[in-house]
Amino acid sequence: MQNNYVIFKIPSLSTNESFARAAVAAFCANLNPTIDEIIEIKTAVSEAVTNAIIHGYENTVGEIQIECKIKGQLVEIIVEDYGSGIVNVEMAREPLYTTKPELERSGMGFAVMETYMDEVVVLSEKDIGTKVIMRKTISERKK
Amino acid sequence: MNLEFLESGQTLTIKLKGDLDHHSADESRVLIDKKINEGKYNKIVIDLKKLDFIDSSGIGFVIGRYKLIRKRNGVIEITNASSKVRKILDMSGIGKIISIK
Repeated sequence: MQNNYVIFKIPSLSTNESFARAAVAAFCANLNPTIDEIIEIKTAVSEAVTNAIIHGYENTVGEIQIECKIKGQLVEIIVEDYGSGIVNVEMAREPLYTTKPELERSGMGFAVMETYMDEVVVLSEKDIGTKVIMRKTISERKK
Repeated sequence: MNLEFLESGQTLTIKLKGDLDHHSADESRVLIDKKINEGKYNKIVIDLKKLDFIDSSGIGFVIGRYKLIRKRNGVIEITNASSKVRKILDMSGIGKIISIK
């Protein structure tokens, strides 16, 4: 598979969550992933984009950039917002930890990303924004 | 997401169709809670047979409905979860408080 990439930006509207995950999944389709792999990628993207909307921008509308790179069988997805940032990344990544229980947040977002992707890197700075880098190697199958 | 309500005695079955994410959970919550608050149900069944997608927002959504029906001393049950949906549900440990069939 030749190296390939796509970059797109969306306003932080919840209606864009389904588009963002479907777009990344469609872009990865060239790698001939299994249905399970596609579901895992879609779910991880959905979690990262939802975090940007709810936590990054809270009730305001900002921009979210989504980048998907393919290098061989490796998929790298970067979801970036320019919002409030995470004060304590380590705590935010703890399963069941949420700053917004009143919004019925389960606190499972990062746990889901970590379960479904091979690697999740979170870079964040208060009032600057958050960048979530996720990597996953897609199994090689005969077409 | 599409919602379908089925009533049988004091049981309310909610069939979820499509994607259960943050966006659709916010929309569906209002309709479902109105229905629960208007009725006299002691059991809510959430049927996931036609659910195509769920993420952690879906878990928060299920726990929210669990809390609501618990206040009325009712129970909640999840049925027809596919293996993928099941995986997300199991990750959160909600199987300890809600019966998943």
